Amino acid sequence: MSDLTTNTAAPAVRASEYDAQFGDYFALLKPRVMTLVVFTAFVGLLAAPVPVHPFVGFCAILFIAVGGGASGALNMWWDADIDAVMKRTAKRPIPSGRVEPGEALAIGLALSGFSCVFLALATNVLAGGLLAFTIFFYVVIYTMWLKRSTPQNIVIGGGAGAFPPMIGWAAATGSVSVEAVLMFCLTFMWTPPHFWALALFMRSDYDDAKVPMLTVTHGRRSTRKHILVYTILLAALAIGTGFTSVGGPIYLAVALVLNVLFLKGAWDIFRRDETMSEADNFKTEKSFFKLSLLYLFAHFGAILVEAGLARFGIDLLGGF
Amino acid sequence: MGIAHEHELHQRRRGRNIGVGLTLAAFIAIVFGLTLVKIGSGDFSASTAPQGAESGAGEVQSGN
Repeated sequence: MSDLTTNTAAPAVRASEYDAQFGDYFALLKPRVMTLVVFTAFVGLLAAPVPVHPFVGFCAILFIAVGGGASGALNMWWDADIDAVMKRTAKRPIPSGRVEPGEALAIGLALSGFSCVFLALATNVLAGGLLAFTIFFYVVIYTMWLKRSTPQNIVIGGGAGAFPPMIGWAAATGSVSVEAVLMFCLTFMWTPPHFWALALFMRSDYDDAKVPMLTVTHGRRSTRKHILVYTILLAALAIGTGFTSVGGPIYLAVALVLNVLFLKGAWDIFRRDETMSEADNFKTEKSFFKLSLLYLFAHFGAILVEAGLARFGIDLLGGF
Repeated sequence: MGIAHEHELHQRRRGRNIGVGLTLAAFIAIVFGLTLVKIGSGDFSASTAPQGAESGAGEVQSGN
């Protein structure tokens, strides 16, 4: 485990010879992951049927983003040892020696407290509490416990990434409704096929770090089956969401097109074996992974468009 | 007496100091802005209703 005393990661640059720049600390907050958090929280906030003052809404999204970033810093602090082993993460601030583990811990804890308290003050206690639970879930349940102990790590751990739209909704309404739960489920069900596709073409990374990804514990054939099954369940959920109050004709059209493409991608992955994948350098798996990014952004984008139309009183189906 | 010669250390840390400074300035602006919005929307206002109005409200509630 990675803590302050037993971290054996060999930094490329000694921290004492390098003054961390502001960008190094910012990188601790996982800015790329933060874009997903910001966008889905923004959609949750705007899809809610209660208008929010624009500045309060801006602050709510900012605090949710900071909370998400804080959990990323704590994740990097704990996982510094395996980040150093994996090619994908070896250049992160701690394993590369640009930031001390203790600094990441301090920044993570400080920003966690700050973001939860200020979200509660700016909006309501439920939103602040949900953000606190999300940070706890990601850092303690996923990072410290599940990630290194079970191949179901990203299935359950995906819950952490699914909370932002629910927090955005709670920030606006002060409650959690069926629509907020559906948006949570959409991200929750999307996470496993997204990460398992990544694990298929980044196999050596997880092997080297001894992270029990499904590809390592149950084999690659089983992972391909899992991707297909989860994609079928996700498609049913995503299309079903179109018939709720956050859906509508635009959402349904987007969901139908993307889920057909996503199902085809999952089916193609299921039909392939390792020889085929290695022959074209995992082209299908990589395409599926890229499509998964578009998939989530497009679904939440469609929910946002539907919310915008509803707010301006535009009904495309003429009262249907 | 000021430091006449700027050490290389100061140059290396300039970017970080500017970043921290801007972050703190943004924090002040956010707290100030939130305060204005909350006061403007009446979230922080104590009950300003006259005493008679309070008892009147109670009567309405008990009448339901």
